[in-house]
Amino acid sequence: MSEPVLSYQDIRVTFATEFGEVDAVKGVSFDVMPGEVVAVVGESGSGKSVTSSTAMGLLPENATVQGEVLLQGRSVLNMSTAERRKLRGAEISMVFQEPMTALNPVLRVSDQLIEALQVHDIAFGRAALEKSIELLERVGIPEARTRIRQYPHQFSGGQRQRIVIAMAIACGPKVIIADEPTTALDVTVQAEILDLLRELKDELNTGILLITHNMGVVADMADRVVVMLNGEVVETGPVAKILGHPEHPYTRRLLAAMPLLREAGDASLGSPRVSVSEPSRSAGEPTHDSVAPALQAKDVALEYSFRRRSTRVVHDLNFTVQPGEIMGLVGESGSGKSTVAKAVLGLLDVAEGELLVRGENMPELPAKQKKALKREIGVVFQDPAASLDPRFPIGDIITEPMVVHKVGDKNSRNARARELLEAVRLPESVLNRYPHELSGGQRQRISIARALTLDPTLLIADEPTSALDVSVQAAVLELFSELQQQYGFACLFVSHDLAVVDSLAHKVLVMQNGRTVEQGSTDEVLRHARQPYTQRLLAAAPVPDPATQARRRAERQRLLSVPQ
Amino acid sequence: MSHQTPSSSNSDARSVAEAEDEKLASEHRSYSQGQLVRRRFLAHKPALISMIVLIFVVLLSITSIGFSGQGTGWWSKSFSDTGITVDGGRPTMFNEGLLGEHPFGQDSIGRDYFAMVMRGTQQSLLVALGVAFASTFLGVLVGALAGYFRGWIEAVLMRITDVVIVVPLLALAAVFGAYAQNLPGGTLTLALALGLATWTGTARLVRAEILSLREKEYVSAAVAMGAHPARIILKHMLPNSIGVIVVNATFAIAAAILLETTLSYLGFGVQPPETSLGALIQNNQNAFTTRPWLFWFPGLFIIAIALSVNFIGDGLRDAIDPRQKRTGASRPGWRTAFGLLGKTTAEERANRPVTELSGGPSQQQMPAGMTDRGPDLGHGPTEEKRDS
Repeated sequence: MSEPVLSYQDIRVTFATEFGEVDAVKGVSFDVMPGEVVAVVGESGSGKSVTSSTAMGLLPENATVQGEVLLQGRSVLNMSTAERRKLRGAEISMVFQEPMTALNPVLRVSDQLIEALQVHDIAFGRAALEKSIELLERVGIPEARTRIRQYPHQFSGGQRQRIVIAMAIACGPKVIIADEPTTALDVTVQAEILDLLRELKDELNTGILLITHNMGVVADMADRVVVMLNGEVVETGPVAKILGHPEHPYTRRLLAAMPLLREAGDASLGSPRVSVSEPSRSAGEPTHDSVAPALQAKDVALEYSFRRRSTRVVHDLNFTVQPGEIMGLVGESGSGKSTVAKAVLGLLDVAEGELLVRGENMPELPAKQKKALKREIGVVFQDPAASLDPRFPIGDIITEPMVVHKVGDKNSRNARARELLEAVRLPESVLNRYPHELSGGQRQRISIARALTLDPTLLIADEPTSALDVSVQAAVLELFSELQQQYGFACLFVSHDLAVVDSLAHKVLVMQNGRTVEQGSTDEVLRHARQPYTQRLLAAAPVPDPATQARRRAERQRLLSVPQ
Repeated sequence: MSHQTPSSSNSDARSVAEAEDEKLASEHRSYSQGQLVRRRFLAHKPALISMIVLIFVVLLSITSIGFSGQGTGWWSKSFSDTGITVDGGRPTMFNEGLLGEHPFGQDSIGRDYFAMVMRGTQQSLLVALGVAFASTFLGVLVGALAGYFRGWIEAVLMRITDVVIVVPLLALAAVFGAYAQNLPGGTLTLALALGLATWTGTARLVRAEILSLREKEYVSAAVAMGAHPARIILKHMLPNSIGVIVVNATFAIAAAILLETTLSYLGFGVQPPETSLGALIQNNQNAFTTRPWLFWFPGLFIIAIALSVNFIGDGLRDAIDPRQKRTGASRPGWRTAFGLLGKTTAEERANRPVTELSGGPSQQQMPAGMTDRGPDLGHGPTEEKRDS
């Protein structure tokens, strides 16, 4: 057994705050071997990022660290600032979550790479430039020699993350700490970045400490897993054991909470996993004209205009959502899926085509009828922190649609608010509370309650769970499907997560670059995809099972090698 | 963390969602919005004391010489009646009994200086509040309309704003001041006229604030709901920019007192025999070395008014903003307000257990950048953002 490259021994981190001591990490120990990938998983606030930061000495001033961090047998915590600075980049380096902010936007990529090399006396001047080009080629940037002269904004998100990785491996570090390296990226890009990391690790025999909340990424990359909860390690072991036979109840719950993309032949197929009402029996719904679809798009084109120049971002969109039906709208960044949601909400003008809400072309209606029609539409946005007015108490937030549409009086509004709070399983006492007093998941439930205040026939959900932790996401999704059954609304569910869509939607529309790639029932699209783009998207989504994931990876490689 | 211990010790297996719900259910106390604002304001010591000082000054100036200034209150002298100068006009306060004949002294033509300062305070407060009200109202109106509607409305309104900014403030104020002299209503008309010259700063700041609020999802949600623009601006946007507005209004008050002083000097402000604090200082600046009390008393009142208004603005901003959750020891005291709180005090405060003044354990607030279990290093899954 060789010596571990990075070893955490009984790490305790305490933050001195205005309100006393906060124990962020309470005695955490684990090792990273050379060439090994150790994944630290946990939800927000579990202390996973704080633990890893101790090795870099990147904690803020008010933190006190106890215990020992050994990098190749040397204690990092006892080092002087100068020694530690030498270490960073050379022996241990970091890959951050957000490639948009990890690179300096006003410096050329060449400057930033050369800096990394020169600081550690690896190479200077022309030699450093040559080495930088080599590094870029190594991480798979095409035309590295010319592109190295470009600025970060001229690269895509995935390429920027590659550049960050190039900087991280510039000095041949023994350990790379990758803190949520793929969280901000699309699934297909995520798969590519993970492939790259895997190759580099084998080639350089570097240990990787991978911090993530995504069990799929863990299954794809990790050799060993450390599960953290509230600053403590609850379970640790080889990836197959942790993901296959988890012992600790928390690990089990975490795995159970992860939405799964079911494959063809799955036993639970035939009925959606969390049961949603069948579109045919949307009972209890006061529809005067039950024939008209809840939402219908006919040859819709959407444009953003900037300085009188308009850019068309959605082309020839056609779809129909029947009453009581959930349609998933999936696609990667820039596919135009959120733009469609905006247009339905009336936040964006329709450039061409018709957008029919309950049979009426909403954008063309006179203001008064338009407002009346808006009663039928509820909305849930992505960011629970931004979608509730911080100045409004929860009660006012929930009843705002009633106020806007002059429905009911004070008492009936209050009664409705209580009813909805009960429906989203929050105590009545939150009526007088403010959004900032609630957690993300709770806020998102308030958002859902507000959307349902006027019993809408159509709900627009724009990535409602992508900012939430897995277990919170599971709870919100479960609640969502229950409410859908209870209230029977139709829903346009915008998401990048195929697994979430799979668990809810009756049918799916896949978009790429503003165009429809494929649409049909969930089963058709997600299990018998005809279009290569959908197939690639499906293959890129990692599943939390190492064996299956390895098979899927091979399959994806095969898909990619097929010329298009 | 004290508020976590009950849940975290036995919550290993429970999901985060359940733990959060339990925490929420266990906190019973909740207050209405009005109650919260009042509690927070009353707990803000500098603001509370400033409020008392300001009310005292207002009451003093009104009750002493009455609204007319002709000695109709408990002080029988009029601010405009001349008399014989006794003892070189020296203040009699604390010399001849508590107040004496002329507590603040007399000016060169024997007018009672206490009555004059009181009259000046009345007029200056009227000008200050009038200008602050007029300029804030106009500025918020222009800024909000320009920021919300964009397009040609913004272009027209902001060009008008630019034109007003380009003209020197003093020249503009002098023109409006001279014009106001011919109108009925006296000082209040002057104040409203000065407001026409000083609204531009507020307008630009409010517009910027509204522009950023426009992109918030809760505003999108309100638009999608079918809410009228007036409701969105009044209910969602302005309350969220109240900090900017209140701070600006308090600065406007202090600035208005000075502006009025300058105008009086130039002959366009408050006209004699009417007087104001600024005019008093202006008239007596030559007497500073020989009869300093003629300078000090109005000066003290200006400082008292300007300072207390600023602290009240501070307290209001903290009280109205529900994200401000400073409680107990962390609430600003006088020493914090003046920046005198030393390191030892800070350390002592950090070691002290949290005192609960206004609310349950939920009232604890993490410093910026902290989640409730550690520092927010910006890469937890909650930070995840997809395209939207």
